[in-house]
This record gives sequence, structure tokens and C-alpha cells, in this order.
Amino acid sequence: MWRNQAMSENLKNVLLKPIFKGNPISVLVLGICSSLAVTVQLKGALVMALSVTIVTGLSSFVVSLMRKSIPNRVRIIVQLVVVAMMVILVDQVLKAYAYSVSKSLSVYIGLIITNCIVMGRIEAFALGNKPGLSLLDGLANGFGYGLILVVVAIVREILGSGSIFGFQIIPQAVYNAGYMNNGLMILPPFALILLGCIIWIQRSIQKDLQEE
Amino acid sequence: MEYISLFVKSIFVDNMIFAYFLGMCSYLAVSKNVKTATGLGVAVIFVLLVTLPINYLLNKYLLQPGALAWINESYADVDLSFLSYIVFIAVIAAIVQIVEMVVEKFSPALYSSLGIFLPLIAVNCAILGGSLFMQEKEFINVGESAVYALGSGLGWFLAIVALAAIREKMAYSHVPKALKGLGISFITVGLMGIAFMTFMGITL
Repeated sequence: MWRNQAMSENLKNVLLKPIFKGNPISVLVLGICSSLAVTVQLKGALVMALSVTIVTGLSSFVVSLMRKSIPNRVRIIVQLVVVAMMVILVDQVLKAYAYSVSKSLSVYIGLIITNCIVMGRIEAFALGNKPGLSLLDGLANGFGYGLILVVVAIVREILGSGSIFGFQIIPQAVYNAGYMNNGLMILPPFALILLGCIIWIQRSIQKDLQEE
Repeated sequence: MEYISLFVKSIFVDNMIFAYFLGMCSYLAVSKNVKTATGLGVAVIFVLLVTLPINYLLNKYLLQPGALAWINESYADVDLSFLSYIVFIAVIAAIVQIVEMVVEKFSPALYSSLGIFLPLIAVNCAILGGSLFMQEKEFINVGESAVYALGSGLGWFLAIVALAAIREKMAYSHVPKALKGLGISFITVGLMGIAFMTFMGITL
């Protein structure tokens, strides 16, 4: 009976930890590489978040299935090949069903291969855990990653172009009164500054993460 | 003249860090002091300079739509471009391995200073990003791709050394507790990015 409880405790931990307490971007600093460039608009950020979630989940699952037969010395290459295969699948699906989005994300879909979050979860979790649990861990981490992307994208799109998903949400009357879109928000450096602020807020709430 | 323009552009305007956020993970992790930052920067320049021309040739004679026409006319309509991710990453991983072995054999001093960074570089987004941008930009010859590699590597090098120098100084300043370390580094990089944006719109 208590064993069941321990297992569900473990499962809850796997699912919930990556979302706030162990968020891959703001706490573990994994996978910032390719992520921020796609946060100018919410649409791109959502597609990117979804792609990373799928790639992280599936590659963790596949590597976990093979974890007993991968020789330790060549594991990085094997992992890279698995991840690259998943990314090619995602890329081809996007090209087939959402061509314009895939064009606007340009090289960043390909860069999911070297996104540290994917390799990080494989190395840290999938190599030592059962396939089902690894799949959940990958999906949860992808979700935690996507959450930050979406928050940054919402702020940038509202302040930078006054819209969400391309729909104007700041009414024309406000513009007539003299309000202007903040053009700085669209520029790349502001993604970094916003992320800095998110980390600031999170660490003010969670004091144990603060650095000395 | 075009080479110079491409070179300057890839260092300052299309800077890997400030314009495209490539290689951010190792950029933040290894920029705590100038010496290690220099080591990683040099390693990135080196690996980019080796892998990019090789990937360029592979792209031109193997992966592009119609690239196989040099074997036989009947292969002219073969399109292998969907394989490019896997080919590029395999080439990068293999070359990093080879470079590591060669450097270890012929220059132990260089190896001991670069050594720890080389394996890290295989998963540095700047390297794969360089190859993917090369594919997108459609350079006309190997020379251009090599110049682009050198330029973007130098840009990355400049960015990491500058950040490391700033972070060394920042150790003495009073940063709010919750912002210390990671948070303030992000904001610093953002401000540096704004400074670099003054180069935008320069045409040579």
C-alpha cells in the first residue's frame, strides 16, 4: 500500500517539478540557445514549445528503451542520432501542414537537436529510468520550457505590437490618445532582459535558489 | 570586397549571440572568468572554421535538391535535403572527436587549455546553427562559407570575452539578492545586445 503511495509521490514529482521548482530554463539554465529568438510572436513560440515537448518526450522514451544496450563510450553519438531523427520527423510534419510557420522558425527547428534540454534530460533521467517514466519526464520538461517561452512571447507581443496571435487587442482609441507600441520589445535583446526579470521574480519567491 | 563585407557583417551585425542567441548555454555557463572564456571562444572559432566548409561541400554535392547530378544525370531529381540535420550533426560530432585526438597528439599544451571544452562544443548551438545558416544563405563557393565561419566565430569569441570581463567586475557590485548570478547576467547580455544593435544597417 505505502509502496503505491511512494510511486505516486514519485510520479507527481516527475510531472510537477519541471514546471516551477526545477524549471529547465529559469533554474537549470538549459536550452536557452535556440528558444528566445522565436518569442517575438505567440504563434511561433507555441509551435516551438510544442515541438520541443514532443522531441524531448519521444527521444527520452526511445533512449530509455535502448538504455541497456547502448555502450557507454558511444552514447553521445547514439543519443544525437535519436534526437536528430525525432527533429527531422517534427520538421517534415511542420513543412507539410504549417509551411508558413516552419519558414518563419527557419533554422530554429533544426537547432532543437543541440538544445541542451533534450540531451540534458536524456543524460540525467532517461539513461537510468523506465521508458514510461522517461516519456513523462521529457514531456513535463518540455512543458516547463514552453511555459517560459509563452510568457515571454505574450509580453513581447502585447507590448511590442499590441496584439495576441496577430489579433489587435489594444483598442485604437488608446493609440489615438497617444499610446505607442514599444518597438524595443520586438528586438532580440529584450527577450533576454525579460527572461532576467522572470528569473528575478522567481528567485524572490523561492529564496533557496538565490546565488551567493 | 564581398568577402570583407560578409566578414564584418557576420561579426557585428549578425552576431551569433546578440542577434540569434546561438550557443547561449555554454555562453552563460563558461563566462565566469576571462581565461576560460578565451579558451572556449578560440575552440568555437576553430571548430566552426573546420566544420562549416566541410558541411558546405556536403550540402552542395550531396544534400541539395539536384546535388547528385555530378554522379549521373539520372540522379538530378533526387532531393536529400531532409537528411541535412542528421548529416550535419554527425559531421560535427565526428570532427570534434578527430580534432580532439589530433590536438592531443600534436599539441599537448593547446590540448590542456582547450581540452575540456572540445567535447562540449559538439552540442553548442552556434556550431550547428552556423551550418544551418550556411545552408539557408546559399553561398556561392567554399571561400565564402569559410569567411562566414571565421566571422561568426570571432563574433562569438568577442561576445563571450566581453561578458566574462563584465562579470568579473560585477563580483564587486551590489546586485539585489534574487537577481545575483543568472538574472543579472541575462540583463547584462541584453544591454550588450542593444549596444551591438548600433551596427545594424551598416552596409559595406
